[in-house]
Amino acid sequence: MTPLPRWVEYGLMPVLNLALAFLLAGLVVLLIGESPLEAVRHIIYGAFGYGEGIGFTLYYSTNFILTGLAVAVAFHAAQFNIGAEGQAYLGGLGAGLACLALDRHLPWWAILPFAMLGAMVFGMVWGAIPGWLQARRGAHVVITTIMFNFLAASLMGYLIVNHLKVPGNASVQSRTFEPGARLPKLEETMRLLGLDIGGAPLNITFPIALLACLAVWILIWRSKLGYEIRVFGANPTAARYAGIRGVRITVTVMAISGALAGLMAVNPVMGEQNRIFLDIPGGAGFVGIAVALMGRAHPLGIVLAALLFGVLYQGGAELAFEMPSITRDMVVLIQGLAILFAGAMEQLFRPALLQLFAPRGPGRAG
Amino acid sequence: MFLDILLVLDSTLRISAPLILACLAGLFAERSGVFDIGLEGKMLAAAFAAAATAAVTGSAWLGLVAALGASVFLAMVHGFACITQRGNQIVSGVAINFIAAGATALLGQAWFGQGGRTPSLSGAAKFQDIRLPGAESLAQLPVAGPIWAELISGHKLLVYLAFLAAPASWWVLHRTRFGMRLRAVGENPAAVDTAGISVAWLRYRALIVCGLLCGLSGAYLSTAQGAGFIPNMSAGKGFIALAALIFAKWRPIQALLACLLFGFLDAVAIRLQGFDWFGLGELPSQAVQALPYLLTVILLAGFIGRAVAPRAGGVPYVKER
Repeated sequence: MTPLPRWVEYGLMPVLNLALAFLLAGLVVLLIGESPLEAVRHIIYGAFGYGEGIGFTLYYSTNFILTGLAVAVAFHAAQFNIGAEGQAYLGGLGAGLACLALDRHLPWWAILPFAMLGAMVFGMVWGAIPGWLQARRGAHVVITTIMFNFLAASLMGYLIVNHLKVPGNASVQSRTFEPGARLPKLEETMRLLGLDIGGAPLNITFPIALLACLAVWILIWRSKLGYEIRVFGANPTAARYAGIRGVRITVTVMAISGALAGLMAVNPVMGEQNRIFLDIPGGAGFVGIAVALMGRAHPLGIVLAALLFGVLYQGGAELAFEMPSITRDMVVLIQGLAILFAGAMEQLFRPALLQLFAPRGPGRAG
Repeated sequence: MFLDILLVLDSTLRISAPLILACLAGLFAERSGVFDIGLEGKMLAAAFAAAATAAVTGSAWLGLVAALGASVFLAMVHGFACITQRGNQIVSGVAINFIAAGATALLGQAWFGQGGRTPSLSGAAKFQDIRLPGAESLAQLPVAGPIWAELISGHKLLVYLAFLAAPASWWVLHRTRFGMRLRAVGENPAAVDTAGISVAWLRYRALIVCGLLCGLSGAYLSTAQGAGFIPNMSAGKGFIALAALIFAKWRPIQALLACLLFGFLDAVAIRLQGFDWFGLGELPSQAVQALPYLLTVILLAGFIGRAVAPRAGGVPYVKER
């Protein structure tokens, strides 16, 4: 492939792709009979206009950073993990069980390590099994992770309805954790920045997610395992000749991916709802696909893309309130368009950009 | 007891019909070498287009035309991304699922203001049951009578169409030039290219067929089985169809049987709710719901037989230079 300048390849092209997605979303808003500019104004205000909005934006972004990292880690080994949703759901079980077991004995800071461990181990198992099936038995990881999403939904539905639900209580959820086991909000920290986040559930999972970004960056670009992952992803045959064991890489990568997705569940389970409930990830696992694609599987890009989707989620709620004809389904549509243009059609503008920016000279024939 | 079994089989046919159509849709796409995990999205878009058009015009047939149009349009988006742009087929399929889920609920709410639903359909805006000749007069016959009257007669047109589509697909794929070329392009596109046949055009045509079949499937959901569109009404049926396709090892008649099996499981799960298994307690309905997915994973893992996908599946074709 003919090289483009780096700023075009990693800057201009993704921005153009994203602009196209938003342009189409704007056309849909026009079709509905509302003003797209007005819609953007509501989204921006809802996401940034006041402290509580910012709190919610960052709360949603936390989920998307972790699921985005999960999908991205798998990308580096050329594995497509569509199962972050199911892995996060199981992660919610792990985190929730830790809280249910310990909340009457320990304070939140002592429970948190166990909740994180539970979430990561449960998510890891749900990711590693498809990884093993791919590596050892040749079952395509895309299909098995889709199936594992449905299996997770069935399993969790069964467990919550038949075992975790409080008898005599109509709502399908576990008992609420004791107040001492709930993650404290980042109210004080944000107040230092002059922001009042009000009722927004922004909590310590946000800095944990940022640390996870750093950890993934070190893993992928600064460790031996990460090097092996990237070699395997670029060329599995060459990797084998270099003595890299494909089975080990595939299973490890899917396990790490599942663990990151599982970790996401700590945010809603211990930071917001304080119980095990139906549909814990609420679609965040799928948003992770869009985030990883838009962020080009790099932690920095993922943080930016996750912030964008956090803005869309929180701003979308404001938009639905101000313009009742535009529901939050708008965000799902934008998510789909972003995946289409930033993922499947990412080369759309390449021919035109090559005309403009490709280095010309004797070295290039034709 | 006999009537119970008949009722379960009857609902098996109703539940299986959209699965069969979607499964065959996936079959055409994947046998031509284009993976399509966007079946779900195309079904959903078609279901919405059918119900919205039928609600406005009062004609189920115009609804069907709109369904086919919406579904083929999305199939062409998939084609443009995967064939012309040589993008990742999985990514494109995922995108189409989200676009359909978002757009249908959004437009449904904006146009009809009923929480994303379309108005309830009745009369000519909905496909009606077809009573086969002799359904009443033969109903008194022992065994054969109820089977004819209850099980075989009295379905919607699209149900009969679904069951005819499987042998028809077999015939197209194995007995026509188009079908044989389509299978060849899914196994070895370079060879087809060498013979002077356009790989891209063949795959586009396969995707048009895929779009048409998904369109029928979606129209069935909202204007035949149901009476109107409900957000996310496809509820994973597109993925069950995908599972059935793998279960059938990408063959049309087996696809029909796999869909019947999955439909049967669903029908039984509904009937067995609250049934006590010989004092062992009742089987959780979630276990039966999960069975199609579990069976597919076990099959894919090669523990029962071997599922081998079309060899060129998932790989964009690059013409030799």
